[in-house]
Amino acid sequence: MKDKLFNGLLAIAGVVIIIISAGILYALTSESIPAFKEFGVWNFITSSAWEDRSDTFGALPFITGTLLTSILALLICIPFSLSVALFNGEYFRGKKISRIVGTVVDLLAGIPSIVYGLWGFYTVRPIMITLGVNAQGFGIILASIVLAIMIIPYASSLSAEFISMVPNDLKEGAYSLGATRLETIKAISIPSAGSGIFAAYILAFGRALGETMAVTMLIGNTNNIPINLSDTGNTMASVIANQFGEAGGIKLSSLFAIGFLLFLITAIINMIAKVVINRVSR
Amino acid sequence: MNKIEEVSRRPSKTGRRIALSKFVFIVVIILSAFTAIPLLSILFELIAKGWRQFNGALFTEVAPTSMEAMFARQGGNVIPGGILNGITGTLTMLGLAILLSIPLGVLAGIYLAEKKDAKLANVIRTLTDILQGVPSIVIGIVIYMWVVKSMNNYSALAGGIALGLMMIPMIVRSTEESLRMIPDSLKEAGLALGGSYTNVMFKVILPSAFGGLFTGILLSISRVMGETAPLLVTALGANYVHGDITKPMSAVSLLIWEFYNDPNLADLVWSSSLLLLLLILGMNLLAKMIASRWRIQ
Repeated sequence: MKDKLFNGLLAIAGVVIIIISAGILYALTSESIPAFKEFGVWNFITSSAWEDRSDTFGALPFITGTLLTSILALLICIPFSLSVALFNGEYFRGKKISRIVGTVVDLLAGIPSIVYGLWGFYTVRPIMITLGVNAQGFGIILASIVLAIMIIPYASSLSAEFISMVPNDLKEGAYSLGATRLETIKAISIPSAGSGIFAAYILAFGRALGETMAVTMLIGNTNNIPINLSDTGNTMASVIANQFGEAGGIKLSSLFAIGFLLFLITAIINMIAKVVINRVSR
Repeated sequence: MNKIEEVSRRPSKTGRRIALSKFVFIVVIILSAFTAIPLLSILFELIAKGWRQFNGALFTEVAPTSMEAMFARQGGNVIPGGILNGITGTLTMLGLAILLSIPLGVLAGIYLAEKKDAKLANVIRTLTDILQGVPSIVIGIVIYMWVVKSMNNYSALAGGIALGLMMIPMIVRSTEESLRMIPDSLKEAGLALGGSYTNVMFKVILPSAFGGLFTGILLSISRVMGETAPLLVTALGANYVHGDITKPMSAVSLLIWEFYNDPNLADLVWSSSLLLLLLILGMNLLAKMIASRWRIQ
């Protein structure tokens, strides 16, 4: 009797997860339908107009801003996170120093987005101004640099795990053939951990796509399509955070439509990463 | 033609290869050390700018109005007031989130661990992974639709549900993973001794997985504690302390956002951020300690 009850509870909990997911999808689609109907799905995605006066809304500036900041952040983060991954998973695997570096990286992951935003605003932005990126310091570059720091933990801890799982006999084989440490890493460690490392970067990319507060504080919040890296802009997440409060009618629906697109993109990205990880760990 | 003598007569590159290997080793160390700079810089900035305001009032008084702060600044004083309304709000909403997410997350996690290969379990696992990746602002606007719209009011309840929703996937996955590390023989031994399935689960399996479960829960709390975006569109904020979860409520992170946007209140931004960061980093370190101790046993 008790067992049946408990088993029933477990199944209910599982089903609730399904209901929640369905509810999220339902809320996002039902709210974005008015905007998609008004402007057409394709037109909404490819239109760069975001005008309150004429009530015309298109998502292209924000899609561009999101992709630009996230890709740039990913590129900036690669040398650092790869170094940390090699440091923890290869050079100092199991040593005390790697635990310290691992802790520092984990703590970086714990810092709230809004604190990163503050730091970016007060510490990194003046550096951008000194370097002459632009007059105010805000923009794609500033947001991307801070984003890059924010995603280093996600990229590095998972890739370190995969690098440290590379079997020792493979590496010893390379050493015995006279390979140096670097050559062993290049020829053995990174290729055999390759898909795992790839998945780690995909996951980090997904994080960057959805990051909200820090980007909102740093990107400059303009509705134009950013052309140069020193331009200001908006991402899909930051435009929702910025304009949701005072929006109504078709604009609110447009913001939901952007949320829906963002949800789709991040879901697809995460699925890809999971498929790759599942294939690797098998 | 690669005759042996010819190959052996080639100039040796060994020295250069070793040097390159060492060079990359040093570059890796330097770049790894670089990642500590943001953490140190953030801590340094918050402490240097926040310590003056990091006083008793921070914990006992509510946030000042812009006017009060302006007068204090003109007099060259420390801004009066603190972030009590934020602290109580954060605790209230975290409490709601915990009430929602721990039972649901742990039960669903047990389900996934027990029914490893069931079709439904695979669907749920995939959905959990997707949920984990949903950006926090998207969770926020969904809860706005679910709760704020239907209650016609911004509320602490909505904020708590939003945070809880973000915690669920983390708790599900950490529960599943820690249960999987418990050897099946333990469960079989319990069942062989005549314990009912429920008894074995609660008296044997869950206690042995407790360390992992607890770590996962701590980490998930620390992860949502500093969330701002979802609260902006659900809890909104309030400038007094109250316990009514159907009304708008503030949170430490929301106050930081307010202080950031109001030049008069800018001084308070540092002490409140410092408090938030210390709490979160402390929880992270605690979780790490528990995890490492649990793993040894």
